Amino acid sequence: MLNAIAESRSEVEASRSAPGFAPEAPAEIPDVPLFTITARRRTMGSDLGDLWTHRELFYFLTWRDVKVRYKQTVLGALWAILQPFLTMVVFTLFFGRLARIPSNGVPYPIFAYAGLLPWTFFSNAVTSAGNSVVGNASLITKVYVPRMIIPGSAVAAALLDFAIAGLILIAMMVYYGVAISAQAAMLAPLTVLLAVLAFGVGTFMAGLNVKYRDVRHALPFVIQLWMFATPIIYPSNFVPAKWRWLLVLNPLTGIIEGFRGALFGLDFQWFGFAVAACAAGGILTYSVHSFRRMEREFADIV
Amino acid sequence: MRPIIRVSNLGKLYRIETRVRRTLRESIVDSLVAPVRYIGGCINRLTDGAVTNRSAGAGAHVWALKGVTFDVMPGEILGIVGRNGAGKSTLLKILSRVTEPTEGGAEIYGRVGSLLEVGTGFHGELSGRENIYLNGAILGMKRTEIEEKFDEIVAFAEIEEFLDTPVKRYSSGMYVRLAFAVAAHLEPEILVADEVLAVGDVAFQKKCLGKMSDIARQGRTVLFVSHNMASIESLCSSCLMIDSGRLVAQGKPSDIVSCYMASGFRVNSGERSLSEHPGRRPGSITAMTHVQLSSEEGSSLQGSSRMGAPLEIRVRYNAQRPLRPVLGVTVRSLRGVPVFCVSDRFCGQLAFCEPAVRGTVICRIEKLPLMPGTYVADLWLGDAGGDLDIIFDAISFEVLPADVTGTGKLPPQECGPVFCDATWRLIDESEGIASHDSRFDDNSSL
Repeated sequence: MLNAIAESRSEVEASRSAPGFAPEAPAEIPDVPLFTITARRRTMGSDLGDLWTHRELFYFLTWRDVKVRYKQTVLGALWAILQPFLTMVVFTLFFGRLARIPSNGVPYPIFAYAGLLPWTFFSNAVTSAGNSVVGNASLITKVYVPRMIIPGSAVAAALLDFAIAGLILIAMMVYYGVAISAQAAMLAPLTVLLAVLAFGVGTFMAGLNVKYRDVRHALPFVIQLWMFATPIIYPSNFVPAKWRWLLVLNPLTGIIEGFRGALFGLDFQWFGFAVAACAAGGILTYSVHSFRRMEREFADIV
Repeated sequence: MRPIIRVSNLGKLYRIETRVRRTLRESIVDSLVAPVRYIGGCINRLTDGAVTNRSAGAGAHVWALKGVTFDVMPGEILGIVGRNGAGKSTLLKILSRVTEPTEGGAEIYGRVGSLLEVGTGFHGELSGRENIYLNGAILGMKRTEIEEKFDEIVAFAEIEEFLDTPVKRYSSGMYVRLAFAVAAHLEPEILVADEVLAVGDVAFQKKCLGKMSDIARQGRTVLFVSHNMASIESLCSSCLMIDSGRLVAQGKPSDIVSCYMASGFRVNSGERSLSEHPGRRPGSITAMTHVQLSSEEGSSLQGSSRMGAPLEIRVRYNAQRPLRPVLGVTVRSLRGVPVFCVSDRFCGQLAFCEPAVRGTVICRIEKLPLMPGTYVADLWLGDAGGDLDIIFDAISFEVLPADVTGTGKLPPQECGPVFCDATWRLIDESEGIASHDSRFDDNSSL
């Protein structure tokens, strides 16, 4: 080892002293620092610029999450379909057949699946985003990456499962003979809204999880409760009118009802959609703000 | 020429709490109590003007770095030396934007690539090929850049035939080779590296050092932390020394290295209190209270031992709970190169002892295999679950020459710090060679 070092030293020295050797002119030093490290908080603008320069990393992390998720499984990506599909079968048996929960004239299986599809995406995205920062501790402590990329890519990876499971929905709609109406165009903004909401909630959870590992244990429970508070197994008009306002406070109500409205050509509930959009925007703003505040000490406590 | 890095008055404060992580319940209670306490504080201040010091009981504050100011010129290879816990890694972490300073700042006029660890973000399930892309992206390489250098990286790591095997099936050597290969092909204007040279086998280490000299030749700026004084002296063009978070010396590598080796490494008198030790790793629980080195039962060494003599390391501890102690000792040379390590973690001789709240763990080395010189020992105390208390450079001691060979001769110092017993014999295979003796005579007569 010492010999190896000594040799390499002489190589360096030789090359430095060799005639005609000039160290390649170091790249010109710009007038303004590429970045400045201070104890002060960074501006939102510089953070956004940072996210933009790391867009390829965002792609690679998403790609990694997708690649790794079904490694060493027999069924592979089929799991993305099985998860909501089997839940739908169970729900159909218990809630559709036994409890005879109404489904607004749509066959119960497709009614349930149209709710389960966005819900499964939401719950998977929030759970994996919530655990993403803690699960990628070495990306926090050993290298600089804009931290918001980490929960962001977890949500993006969940979108793929959403798309795969969506294929089954199309098959079911053909099977049950549900016609597509022009309202289906609303699916795109609804999906965007859903992803924004999942990113907002997931990012906040991810930041909180770094400091309080309680989140890891509370999250599955909260998600489960949230599911029952959302009209997935039942339509929202199943709830007594006097309590319906409470349901609308849940931003997912508007989104899930919106999905059904768009798919089955029902009355599109603009009010619910507007509430969901406002709530998603509010949650996103708040969680980005608090994540940026919390991320300053991630490396010291994760 | 203008500097490429300008660091001014950089400081980082760590709060060391007895319980580092508060639970959710505590902070909920805290946030409920805080307004009451705040109002109480206001009233106090109004009544007697005394400022209540809330943080007094909360835990100790440690400046991991304080008032560090320096410039780095483009093309400079700056070595950073200092004892463990001196703040070197914190400095690198701040400069690579992993953590934020508490005060002061730095202006950086170039793209920074940081290598605080090799293989950051490697995923065991992904193949070598996939990990090259992933790790490259994490280190800040562009996709096109990775594609361009892909073949070079693969050739450097010598893993061609395993390119599509998941890295979890790699041998550890292949793993670090691949990790270093990706890192070595990173081409930022500023490279920040933390002791990543010591990977792989000797041949690969040589290759890594060659790569480092290439980087030096290309005129890139490198900040390099190492405990290996030999590599600091050989690679760096200038050097900083940090002690207890402060910049204490700056200059030519050879000057700084000798300054570093002279500083602090006084030979301890064979025993040392460990209750308040500067080398204790931040975050450790203070469990070890005292260390004594002795050659025989109870008799202290007075700071020196003899080659080949028995050495007993006696560590007294006082844990807050009954402990089945696991002690580890790493002996390093003054240049910081580890020489050997003994740990009950690998032997498990105390694995079934009765747990004790306090006690003395005795590690006996029958024949000390060290050449004459000064050495330092790091101590690690823990239990089956892991290490609790880690003290770097816990105690230093001197090994005196002894006539271990029975001839009065010893191998020279350059042959390394370890002395090894050996026996010698000759198998005579000259039977049947008739002219054996005469040939010998012939030669001698010539």
